[in-house]
Parts: sequence; structure tokens; C-alpha cells
Amino acid sequence: MMEQFGFYSKKAIRLFKNPKHVGEIKDADGIGQEGNPVCGDLMKVYIKVGKNKKGKEVVKDIKYQTYGCLAAISASEGLCILAKGKTLEEARKITSKDIADFLGKVPPIKFHCSILGMETLRNAIDDYLSKKK
Amino acid sequence: MKRIYMDHAATTPVDPRVLEIMRPFFTKKYGNASEPHQFGREGKKAMEESRIKVAKLMKARESEIVFTSGGTESDNLAIKGVALANPDKKHLITSKIEHDAVLNTCKWLEKFGFSVTYLPVDRYGVVKPEDVANAIKPETCLVSIMAANNEIGTIEPIGEIGKICSEKGVLFHTDAVQAYGKIPIDVKKMKIDLLTVSSHKIYGPKGVGALYIRDGVALEPLLQGGGHERGLRSGTENIAGIVGFGAAAEIAEKEMKKESARLIQLRDRLIKETLTIENSYLNGHPTKRLPNNASFWFAFIEGESLIMHLDMKGIAASTGSACSSKSLEPSHVLLAIGLKPEEAHGSLRLTLGKQNTKKDIDYVLEVLPEIVETLRKISPFKGKWK
Repeated sequence: MMEQFGFYSKKAIRLFKNPKHVGEIKDADGIGQEGNPVCGDLMKVYIKVGKNKKGKEVVKDIKYQTYGCLAAISASEGLCILAKGKTLEEARKITSKDIADFLGKVPPIKFHCSILGMETLRNAIDDYLSKKK
Repeated sequence: MKRIYMDHAATTPVDPRVLEIMRPFFTKKYGNASEPHQFGREGKKAMEESRIKVAKLMKARESEIVFTSGGTESDNLAIKGVALANPDKKHLITSKIEHDAVLNTCKWLEKFGFSVTYLPVDRYGVVKPEDVANAIKPETCLVSIMAANNEIGTIEPIGEIGKICSEKGVLFHTDAVQAYGKIPIDVKKMKIDLLTVSSHKIYGPKGVGALYIRDGVALEPLLQGGGHERGLRSGTENIAGIVGFGAAAEIAEKEMKKESARLIQLRDRLIKETLTIENSYLNGHPTKRLPNNASFWFAFIEGESLIMHLDMKGIAASTGSACSSKSLEPSHVLLAIGLKPEEAHGSLRLTLGKQNTKKDIDYVLEVLPEIVETLRKISPFKGKWK
């Protein structure tokens, strides 16, 4: 068991220990959800959309609620840090590899948590875009 | 920071008294017990004294003890050994909550034409003796039911199961790795034919265990070689380890009663107060459980996160969550007692030991509710799985 913890990077552990983006955005513009408690992880991401100086839509605020292990919770934090302030177009391009690279070393068996992060964020953006139509 | 070890079901530290007794066998009394010279005789004598001590703690005769490398090997020797020695009987009975050393040995035998009945357990993890009786067929060569479960601490009715097997003329093996040295075992009264024990669960060194084989039970050995251990376990004996195991068994024999009573007090307080946390549940039997085992599950949070937070507070514990397993499957034991996967993922096992004190329990009870609260704040599930 402890051996597995050894595989987490210091950064992932730090994010897990002091999460900064936990919570719900009550009037969220987009909500994404992925995963299943049966499998051991579920992520929910809330985004608030604003505009940058060039008039492009950006992720103005982002929060998450996650049920899962250290890998899932640190991936949630990581994706929030990566996505915040980015244009929707840029944020939608964040990959699981980007999240894993940001966290440092992710145990191979936990890589799916980075995929979960990527998909949840994309769902939240798509939710906003579909509502806008 | 505090360092509190509450994972004694996984392993225990070597008792310093045990280590002292072992020490000379590495550098001074290092003889090969098979050799007739004084160095060899020294080792042989120490090994035979250990055999007596290991036997005594289960009320067996020393001639019935075979030393092995540990619990996994003893389980393999018992199960494969009986199966191979009885080529006409191709059926085995075990339970769904056995240790992998038993379950995977049974599954391995299935590849070679054996059939295995995996008995269910009730919600507390207890095997029903009548289920064992009903499952026995003329071609059954072995029943293997653990003495106590490693995850949820439930103590099985092995005395009753032993009686049934003995009456029906079927061999009975029990994996007593968790029970040995914690609760009284009497292989004769309990009608046990084969019993697995391990040194490192009772404050002895790792890498040594034993199999009790009742006089008259025939086994096929797994290892071919120089014919050590009555031909049942070839390979130069791990004398230092065996001496340590004997010393640990002797100490357990003397201290078990008092230590168990002490642990039960600590355990019961830990269980009682932990269950005051909202949406927390006990795994295993409320009373028929090992003196040192407290096993829970907490709704809406995941166990690996829980033990990581405990680890950050200096507390070493264990979980049956999929996220902390190599297979990404939740514990088969927790599923067998009826937990849903999402419930098993939220499990926490605290197993107490000699050095744990009332203060340690106080500390766990101080930090655990906060950790559960923290993780529930992060969780999207608020009071329901929706």
C-alpha cells in the first residue's frame, strides 16, 4: 500500500492536501460530470464563462467536487489550475497527458484519473456551448 | 510528527526480545541443521525447540509441524499437497472470503480438472457450518475455511466445521494466519487436519511460517530436493527465522490472554466512537471478531484518500478500496458480505497491536472525523448517492 503512495509526486500530494478549487458554483454556466462511484471515482466540474480583452470567451471561474482517490482529487485540482483563464477553445484542448504532466509523476494504474479530468472539463464546456445555442 | 502503526493485520514489528534470540543464529550459530557436526547440531537443536513452541500455541505435537517460508507457502502446500495426494477426489470446498493464497490456489487447481465450491458468507462474514456439510460430496478431498478473516476480523466457527469434516471423513484445512496467537486454537479439539500459520503476524520475522499436518495425513510435497522437513519441504532450513518464530510463539503463548483483553478494550472504544460519525458502518461481526480488528466503511468518500489523509497525520491504516488495489477491483471480502462496490471503496481497516495505547486511540478518534468531513466536503455526494 505505502509503496503505491510513493509513486505519487510531491506536487500531486500537495494539491490533494490543500485543495483550492473545491466546491460548487451555484449559477454555473456549464456543468460536467464523468465517472461512477461503482468504479471508485466521480468528478463534477462547474465553470463560469466570461470574456477576455479580445472579446473571446474564457473560463472565468472553475470548481469541482470529486469522489475518489488521491489521483482523482489531484487531477481535479490540476485541471482547474490549467483551465482557469484559458479561452474555451484552449481549455477544450487540454488533454489527459497535459494533466498528468502537470501533476508530475502519475502511477500508470492511475492514469485514467487524468482522462477523467479531461473528459469532465470537456463535458462542462460542451454543456455551456449547448445551452448557448 | 506522530507515527502510529495500526496495520498489524498486514504485518507486525519484530519483538526486540525475539530479535535478541535470533541474533547469534546469523553470525555464530549459522550451521546447516542437516550436518552432524557441532555447528549443525546447534542449529538443529534450536530448530526443534522452536517446533515445540510453535506446536504448543495450537496444542499440536511438534512432529506435526513443518516449517515453510510463510502463510502463502503453507496454504499452497496444504491445498495442492492434499489435492495431489488424492488423485481420485477432485472436489474442494472453500469460502468466498479466503485470503488470495487460498483462493488463487483453488483457482489454479481448477485449471487442472478440479472443481471448487466457494461458499457464501452471511452479512457478518460468517460461513454457515451446515453449508459446509451440504457441499461435501464423495469426491471432496478438502475443506479449507479460514479461522479468522484478515480484512473484517470475523472469527469462523472452525470447531463446528472441523467436527462436520471429521464425521464425513473429509480433510479440513484452516488458514489461521490472523487467528494464531490472538485467539486460542486447539487443533485436536477443533478436529483440524491442516493449519497454516505465519511468523510475521505475531511479532516474529518475515519469511517463515509453518503448516500443521495432523499425524497420518498424507501430502504430496511441492518442492523436490534434499528431503528436509520429513520430505515435505526441501531446502536448507531458515534457522534464524525459525528460532525467531519459536520465540514469538512462546511470547504469544504467555501474553495472549492479557494482551487480547487489553486490545478488545481499545478496539471496542475505537469502534463505538467511530460509529458516531454520520453514515459510518462496521464491517464484520460485532462480537465474533479478532481482538485487534476494527473495520468500517464510510459513505460518499473513497478509502485510499482516507488512508492518505491518515498517513499525513502519521497513522498507518488500510483500505479495501479498488483504488488501492493492484487490480482496481474492490475487496472480494467486502463484496461477499454484501457491500456494494461504492460502499467497499469507502472502507477503512485499523488493526491494533502491542505498542498501541489508549492515547493512540484518542488521537485516531480526534483526526478521523475531521478527515471524513474534509473528504465529504470534496465529494459531490451529499448525504445520498446521487
